[in-house]
Amino acid sequence: MFQNLASLTRYRALIQTLVVRDLKARYRGSVLGFFWSFFNPALLLFIYTFVFTKVLPASHPKDMEPFALFMFCGILPWTWFSSSLLESSNTLIAGGNLIKKVLFPAEVLPIVTVLANMVHFFLGLPILAAFVLYYQRPVDPLELLWFPVIVLVQLVLTTGLALFLSALTVHFRDLKDLLGNLLTLWFFATPIIYSMEMAPSNMHWWLNLNPMTHLMRSYQEVLFFEGPLGHQRWLAALGVMSVVIFMAGYFVFDRLRDSFAEEV
Amino acid sequence: MKPAIDVVNVSKVYRRYARRKQFATLKSALLDGSLIGDLKPEETFPALRGVSFSVPKGCTYGVIGRNGSGKSTLLKCVAGITRPTEGRIHVDGRISALIELGAGFHPEISGRENIFINGIMLGLTKKEILRRFDEIVEFAEMRDFIDAPVKTYSSGMYMRLGFAVAIHVDPEVLLVDEVLAVGDQGFTHKCLDKFSEFRRRNKSILLVTHSLDLVEKFCDEAHWLDHGKTKGEGDPKRVVAAYVIDVEDSEENDLAKAESARVAASASAPATTTSEQEQVARNFSSAEAEGPENPVDDGPKDGFKSAEGRWGTREIEITGVSITGPDGEAGHVFQSGDAVQVRMEVKAGETITDFVFGLGLFNADGVCIYGTNTNLEEFQPTEITGEAVVTFTIDHLDLVEGTYRLDLAAHKADGYPYDYHRLLYTFRVKSRVRDVGIYRPDHKWSFAGGIKFQGGA
Repeated sequence: MFQNLASLTRYRALIQTLVVRDLKARYRGSVLGFFWSFFNPALLLFIYTFVFTKVLPASHPKDMEPFALFMFCGILPWTWFSSSLLESSNTLIAGGNLIKKVLFPAEVLPIVTVLANMVHFFLGLPILAAFVLYYQRPVDPLELLWFPVIVLVQLVLTTGLALFLSALTVHFRDLKDLLGNLLTLWFFATPIIYSMEMAPSNMHWWLNLNPMTHLMRSYQEVLFFEGPLGHQRWLAALGVMSVVIFMAGYFVFDRLRDSFAEEV
Repeated sequence: MKPAIDVVNVSKVYRRYARRKQFATLKSALLDGSLIGDLKPEETFPALRGVSFSVPKGCTYGVIGRNGSGKSTLLKCVAGITRPTEGRIHVDGRISALIELGAGFHPEISGRENIFINGIMLGLTKKEILRRFDEIVEFAEMRDFIDAPVKTYSSGMYMRLGFAVAIHVDPEVLLVDEVLAVGDQGFTHKCLDKFSEFRRRNKSILLVTHSLDLVEKFCDEAHWLDHGKTKGEGDPKRVVAAYVIDVEDSEENDLAKAESARVAASASAPATTTSEQEQVARNFSSAEAEGPENPVDDGPKDGFKSAEGRWGTREIEITGVSITGPDGEAGHVFQSGDAVQVRMEVKAGETITDFVFGLGLFNADGVCIYGTNTNLEEFQPTEITGEAVVTFTIDHLDLVEGTYRLDLAAHKADGYPYDYHRLLYTFRVKSRVRDVGIYRPDHKWSFAGGIKFQGGA
């Protein structure tokens, strides 16, 4: 397993090429092309702003203004997470030709999916930054240094889960549909459209069990709330857990690897 | 010297999961208890059984065998796409597998970008691809379309581009799976030239193909797989010859099986009723009326008569039919020019004085090649009683290669059928010469003056 893991670095060029191919192919043929990556989150943000200032102004405490921005801090990374998992559950089956007919390192496929979605996440960040500036939110530059750390933890966690799911879906096709529903539930079980403080306090214990809670709270602390990051310990624990999940995911993937060419 | 490919006692067993044929569901696995139990194979299928061979450097090695004999599985094992269940495979040097051409091409992006992506997938670096780019495009004959998205390519262009990239990976070992049919004659020649160049540079090729000619002309050694087992190995000419004989034998078996099924099915049909008899008789007399040179032919215009089957009153019954070759053995596969006998065993329930025996020979398209009967050839029937044998001898079966079918019949001079066997018997003619048409007249070529030839069949 570790030998295979080490050989991953040899596939850097391959992974890079495939991520670029994915991004190029996604918008090929559409008029706005890459601008959709900016346009989609921007539109989403406008809609939330409208809903939470005009339609449901009383849905949140007064100190959470602008509430749309708060939600946006969580929705952007959540979109990266959920679409990575959804797409990677199908990625081995979609890439069946490669696995069956070419000597091709299968783990590259889910990794490419996660990375391509990460690039989309990055493309949404300028929109977020523009709104942070527009509302003149106080952002601590030192606190911003945590941002790459949070992204890294999320990357490791998502990749681990993606490896696990992509390998299992080859054997259990309906995992894909199950996952769609599960992710909807998971979205509401994570403080994204509400803050931890807005949730009833007897729920906190449960929410803390959810690894995504800590990622989202970290993003919110850095990008939305004032003051220094208060979530380092949780984040560190999650970081350790992500590495464990990644190793476990890779282990399962590696064990099932030989069956892919026959089962896809 | 170390061989380029070394395959030692390789077996590959494919598993079939009994429960999970179509509905592979996690739910059912969970509901039925153990997930592990369900993953256990209930049925296995051996695709390769103890195959061993080694390919020296610079050698072109051909693998032949019928569909499903394990050729492609073997290639996939050598390529490392699947792992053998048992045994060991060692390949020395970089492999390029021409198994699925253009696998991994993305339809939305241009040929140019796809060359880079495909090249990197096959293990080249960007620099290497850049250096070979023009050569690849030139080889694929795609200069004008290289910037168009791949989805607009024809399937031929797609394959050519895939082939061009794969062959320019510059492997030590090239694995080829029946991919030479990707272009016109010119392109095929280019591919063969490329293979020859490989050989000159002391690289090895493992070739899986159904083209026996290619194996004979091109390979240094051949390997014949049958149901996953090695059935022959060594000199290509010898292996191919053995394989061809085996294929003929099994064709023979297939024809015999199909024929006995057909005869059995038609034998169980009841003797024709009176009104049908009249109908049949009318058909016959009208056929006769058209001209005596065409006694049993009916032409495709008459749907009823062109279908295979058996009818008649069975007052005279054809109880057994065999076609024997020059060796005197009954068979279904003959060489063009063989002496062939068609033997009919017949039985008359009581003494009959009005009878004709006829025979019609058709090709696979249903065209009547020849038809005759005893009446046309002016044999006057006297009587038939009990069991008898009618033999029709053809001294030279001067037909080109193909499948042929026979009509055999016993009827009255006016066409009233006793026992009519319509297209029930099939035989195949093989020929070393690939001539065309139906009939091969006994012939000779001779040349005079300033003409020189070599060879000739």
